[in-house]
Amino acid sequence: MRDTVSLTIDGVPVSVPQGTTLRAAAEAVGHEVPTLCWHENLAPANACRACVVEVEGSRALVAACSRVAEPGMVVHTRSPRVERARRVVAELLASAVDISLAPTVAALVEETQSEPERWEGARTAPPVRDDNGLYVRDYAKCILCYRCVEACGAEAQNTFAISVAGRGFDAHIDAGWDRAMPESDCVFCGNCVAVCPTGALMDRTEWTLRQEGRWDEAAIHTTDTVCGYCGVGCALTLHVLDNRIVKVTSPDDHPVTHGMLCVKGRYAYQYVQAEESGDGPLV
Amino acid sequence: MRRLLPADDTVSPPLSRERWRDRGYHEAWERALTLGPQTVIEWVTAAGLTGRGGAAFPTGQKWASVAQSADPVKYVVMNADESELGTFKDRALLTRDPWGALAGLAIAAFAVGAHEAYVYLRGEYADVERLLEEALALAPWAEAGSYPLAVRLIRGAGAYIAGEETALLNSIEGRRPEPRVKPPFPTARGLWGHPTVIQNVETLANVAVLLAHDVAWFRAVGTEAAPGTKLMAVSGHVARPGVYEIPMGLPLWTLLTAPEYAGGIGGSGRLRAVLLGGAAGTFLTADECRAARLDNLALQPFGASLGSGAVMVFDDTVEIRQVVRQVAGFFAEESCGQCVPCRIGTRRLLEQLSASTLDIERLRDLGGAMRDASICGLGQTAPQALLSYLDRPSLWPRTSKEEECHA
Ligand SMILES: Cc1cc2nc3c(=O)[nH]c(=O)nc-3n(C[C@H](O)[C@H](O)[C@H](O)COP(=O)(O)O)c2cc1C
Ligand code: SF4
Ligand code: SF4
Ligand code: SF4
Repeated sequence: MRDTVSLTIDGVPVSVPQGTTLRAAAEAVGHEVPTLCWHENLAPANACRACVVEVEGSRALVAACSRVAEPGMVVHTRSPRVERARRVVAELLASAVDISLAPTVAALVEETQSEPERWEGARTAPPVRDDNGLYVRDYAKCILCYRCVEACGAEAQNTFAISVAGRGFDAHIDAGWDRAMPESDCVFCGNCVAVCPTGALMDRTEWTLRQEGRWDEAAIHTTDTVCGYCGVGCALTLHVLDNRIVKVTSPDDHPVTHGMLCVKGRYAYQYVQAEESGDGPLV
Repeated sequence: MRRLLPADDTVSPPLSRERWRDRGYHEAWERALTLGPQTVIEWVTAAGLTGRGGAAFPTGQKWASVAQSADPVKYVVMNADESELGTFKDRALLTRDPWGALAGLAIAAFAVGAHEAYVYLRGEYADVERLLEEALALAPWAEAGSYPLAVRLIRGAGAYIAGEETALLNSIEGRRPEPRVKPPFPTARGLWGHPTVIQNVETLANVAVLLAHDVAWFRAVGTEAAPGTKLMAVSGHVARPGVYEIPMGLPLWTLLTAPEYAGGIGGSGRLRAVLLGGAAGTFLTADECRAARLDNLALQPFGASLGSGAVMVFDDTVEIRQVVRQVAGFFAEESCGQCVPCRIGTRRLLEQLSASTLDIERLRDLGGAMRDASICGLGQTAPQALLSYLDRPSLWPRTSKEEECHA
């Protein structure tokens, strides 16, 4: 049993392979831990703290998304301290950020029976940044999960166009000195948009359709194909609404892309359709 | 009690070679080289030295874990960021006796096998910066022994959070000073991923005086669990504010009132409360101040600890609730913004404390969640002063109107 670790989660003994996180171990016993910032293809940011669990002998709660299981650990995923922390996290986010397009945050608010009204106060409300042809940034919806920063950086894109600036309540995503995206190092791969869990980053097509009240999630159907722009073989999922491609993604579990694409795979459909219709976005 | 701070009649200039010898640092360094790394670590462990930067972690234990690492690249770092409210003892120490902490740094490097060391200095300490630059140019430890050691001085840029050890490492690496998740601890993965010892200025100065003497000498002062001395920075309503070196376990009341220390309560002369340990500290009532002894074990029943050694004294004209609010403002300003409980929680605490009435249950809820779920010590301790205030109704505003406020 050299390569497995035995621990107890909510009273249930469990053995997991070495290196397994507490999040995955809890999932294995059917006690799923809620997460907001965690993403299967990105390094854990540890930022949202929704996934905290109680480990006996540890003073503070620990983030299950990154903490690795150790032999003999006694873990509680639903203790009163855990539930209080989760509820307060949900309340604080909902009290400060527009979570109307953030299903995971909304679910946490619901699940923890949060009362965000308790924390009425300053809200994050910067104006919408509409400065390029391919996506729109509405940071009033940003929960600062760091996913976009990681996807743009060492975890996928290696462009490092964006990072966190400012501190405390004023911390925010920034492309460098508050620049517009076209002036930044951005290469418009849209990988940040793909991983954003809150709608703070949104493809222009979706944003426009939503503004016009024409975005209808239920009416969208998807088709899988392979990108034809180069020989890498990236899987594409075309999202089609009213016979029009409205979004291109790639499956998170695809071995080549892990959900990440380049500007051509993700956005070239706009040019194709723009050529057909004679108008359309320009970067 | 003077060990770290030189006696008043010391005549050699702080940065002179005479001072290096007078204070026994030459001998300490030679002794370290003679004893060898392992014995030095044994001495530090046997002396019972604990960190003086706030967390009081056993120093020898840190060194042993870095020393035993197979990684050939190791680092040692002196944490001179000193930004905790009411804390100015490292500045006093570095100004009055700069060789002590530097000798300790060299000894730490030798003991764990590091050939590169960093001194991370609070950006505002420009005078200390000049002093340290000069000291590093002289580098008396380079003459005495054959141990190669490069020491670099890094200036902080004005963020309290950069004093947190892993944020400090990020800052040295040129990144944003956001704390990293622990584990892994810096002793396992520190600077550029290599095992790293980070130690407060005062801790390192203790190492130097320990090696200048021996373990029995070191333990002759202080308590069994907390041997040695502690620098305390006393500010506010006392007759003589300043930095005082005390034997661990000294009654707080003695520090506040004895003529050789702060010399008595100032202001109105009537003590209201002491905030012990800085912004992240605990309020003690006047009665508690008469009962408390200054070592972490003795402070436990009060829910307090020495922290960085800050003692902020308030007379009975001070409305403690306003102090609590100011402390909350400090944390809202200094949170790095990385995690939700602290980024939004510090702002909400400030907002709630700015309101005319306090909802105690709600504040305890938030404080508890911040303490439990924040990534680093900043968010975890940001509600500490408030929670200690809520636990001590005698510190609440006295008018009947305000009794309702706290209902
Ligand atoms: C927000 C925050 C600020 C800190 N600032 C300092 C500081 O300015 N100086 C310091 O020595 N330790 C500071 N610490 C403690 C360090 O993280 C670390 O524990 C210490 O440098 C270890 O050295 P020691 O064991 O010698 O005390 C701070 C901790 C936190 C959470
Ligand atoms: S579009 Fe791509 S390059 Fe531009 S910010 Fe997003 S991830 Fe970075
Ligand atoms: S913009 Fe989206 S992905 Fe980026 S930090 Fe905000 S919520 Fe997360
Ligand atoms: S607790 Fe505060 S200072 Fe520490 S990582 Fe979280 S936001 Fe940053």
